[in-house]
Amino acid sequence: MTQAPATSAPLLQVTDLTMRFGGLTAVNALSFQARQGEITSVIGPNGAGKTTVFNCITGFYKPTSGSIALTHGAGAFQLQTLPGHGIARRARVARTFQNIRLFAGMTVLENLLVAQHNILMPNVGSGLLSVFGLGGHHRAEVQAIDLARTWLARIGLTARADDPAGALPYGDQRRLEIARAMCTGPVLLCLDEPAAGLNPRESDDLAALLKSIQADGCSILLIEHDMGVVMRISDHIVVLDHGKRISDGDPAHVRGDPAVIAAYLGEGDDDDADAPLATAAAE
Amino acid sequence: MSTPMAANVAAVARSSPAAAAFKDAALSALVALGLFGAMLGVLTEATPAGVVLVPRPLLLAYSVAAVFAGRLAWLLFRSRTPTTKAYAGNRTVAEALQRSGRFVAPALLAFAVALPFMAGRYGIDLGILVLTYIMLGWGLNIVVGLAGLLDLGYVAFYAVGAYSYALLAQTFGLGFWTCLPLAGILAALWGVLLGFPVLRLRGDYLAIVTLAFGEIIRVVLLNTVSITGGPNGISGIPRPTLFGLKFSADGGPGTFSGFFGLEFSPTHRVAFLYYVILGLALLTNWVTLRLRRVALGRAWEALREDEVACRSLGINVTVTKLTAFAMGAGFGGLAGAFFATRAAFISPESFTFFESAIVLAIVVLGGLGSQLGVALAALVMIGGLELFRDLQDYRLLIFGSAMVLTMILRPRGLVSGRTPSVALGKRQEISAELVAEGRG
Repeated sequence: MTQAPATSAPLLQVTDLTMRFGGLTAVNALSFQARQGEITSVIGPNGAGKTTVFNCITGFYKPTSGSIALTHGAGAFQLQTLPGHGIARRARVARTFQNIRLFAGMTVLENLLVAQHNILMPNVGSGLLSVFGLGGHHRAEVQAIDLARTWLARIGLTARADDPAGALPYGDQRRLEIARAMCTGPVLLCLDEPAAGLNPRESDDLAALLKSIQADGCSILLIEHDMGVVMRISDHIVVLDHGKRISDGDPAHVRGDPAVIAAYLGEGDDDDADAPLATAAAE
Repeated sequence: MSTPMAANVAAVARSSPAAAAFKDAALSALVALGLFGAMLGVLTEATPAGVVLVPRPLLLAYSVAAVFAGRLAWLLFRSRTPTTKAYAGNRTVAEALQRSGRFVAPALLAFAVALPFMAGRYGIDLGILVLTYIMLGWGLNIVVGLAGLLDLGYVAFYAVGAYSYALLAQTFGLGFWTCLPLAGILAALWGVLLGFPVLRLRGDYLAIVTLAFGEIIRVVLLNTVSITGGPNGISGIPRPTLFGLKFSADGGPGTFSGFFGLEFSPTHRVAFLYYVILGLALLTNWVTLRLRRVALGRAWEALREDEVACRSLGINVTVTKLTAFAMGAGFGGLAGAFFATRAAFISPESFTFFESAIVLAIVVLGGLGSQLGVALAALVMIGGLELFRDLQDYRLLIFGSAMVLTMILRPRGLVSGRTPSVALGKRQEISAELVAEGRG
């Protein structure tokens, strides 16, 4: 909404994505778009297939059929054909996890440096050279630490840089995981329920952080249950139910869509059904 | 009115652990009876008339009584001392170790450098043995401690290194110093070759497959008689030279004693071998410490912490695992080449699973990922095994009990905890509870 029209080129194009686990069809012929510079949210009731879509996009599942195309300055990629690590490395899609997956026994700073692995060590040869202090590793590391410092300041964890990540409070771990993903230099950041388990103040901080990441030019794909956060920051919302897209549009459109209300509250009286989403949006 | 009641309650509370301890001890005695019944209760004796069974009821009764009394005493002792105190004591020990760690490493190094001047032939030989295991431990520490891949077949690379040197030296007449890097490279190559198919496995499965590979290498060495000599092994492996100077008794200008005008002594060669393995071990240590500080080593540790997260950050998990495997194998190969040149004779018998188990035990007892811990564990285990040599087979019993004890008192090894590879401020130790052990 706040973005200039020039930035609204399609970044991610999901076409006819289907994912079956044995007899269960988790995602059924799903198509949607995420545009450059926007925050796109994927919402839906529990079991709607949101995380499955997410895992397909980030290479953790190979979809049964369909295509996931990503187009940006560095080229065009068919994400379903890339190897697992290629998604982050070549297509520059970073992700976080629903259950936080930090390197608990490593310090906060080390977590941010591991994320810059491919910059520090473009290939095995340079990795081996770095043992002898060759191959420009030292210079790269100084730059990597600078970037890490910047992110530490942005998430307010500078004072805890040398503490093990596993010892941080929950909210800090959430933000650190986002900072770690951002240290890979992504064009698309995929967040799997980043507001889960946060208190209202932390949710506000998170929304501000995501907005500032968007302002830096990184597009965001978000799965979230906290409707307050979703309605406030999303430019575009895709609603899933039973693996299918049931609604697609800006927050105002989705909020008023009868199909969405029916999916969340069951088929029922329209007057009652409107309430929770409307309240959430009013926050 | 409340006083007698409280006393009563206290009495019940006191009597019930005693009763429980008694019951527990009786149960232990029963288990002991079952176990010892066959092992101690009867003795097989070969007489001219054939093998006869001699019952030994008294010995059996003593053993079972000892188990009962020991278990009872232990349980009663434990119920008296609050457990929190034991933990606190444990932590103090850990902190003291951590603090003294800074001085222990240089002291050990100084001792290692000075040893040949202080000890006799036996001492130096023992030093060589301990250092070989320290080097193997440090090599395996890269795979198990840093990358978190459980490798039960590490001895395979030790064997590849030893046979590479022996065969290269015998077939092409190459010297030790030419063959040493070749042996390391060949072992690393084998590491990659073996690693490629198995590294998609995780945890227990990886352990089983590496165990099998270790055995396969040994069986292949045993059966390709035309190349490796099979069970007869390879003998007459050339000794290393010091810049072309031989260590032999003929005293010519081409020998160490002749060149320096010293009187020939066989200790010279042993001391030289000692410094060679000391140098190799320190090289392993230096490379490992350097690697921990750069991206590659950090990726290994990240892999141990969380493989899925690594993948999401664009780290090529397969390549990273393979480099760890190859690096560990390479150092194993160097140690193997040294073993071949020291013993001058190798046969598949030197490369059994027992060796892998000892090296892994050294790494686990020392503390996964800790260089100092591995060195201490090798010193204690290999040195200890030698000290108790007079006890013959019972030394393995002592060895086993010592391991069980260490695992009870310090479950994460002698030196647990992890030093961060980089810090903005002061580096502070990360407690072992947070550090993952890796699941392969």
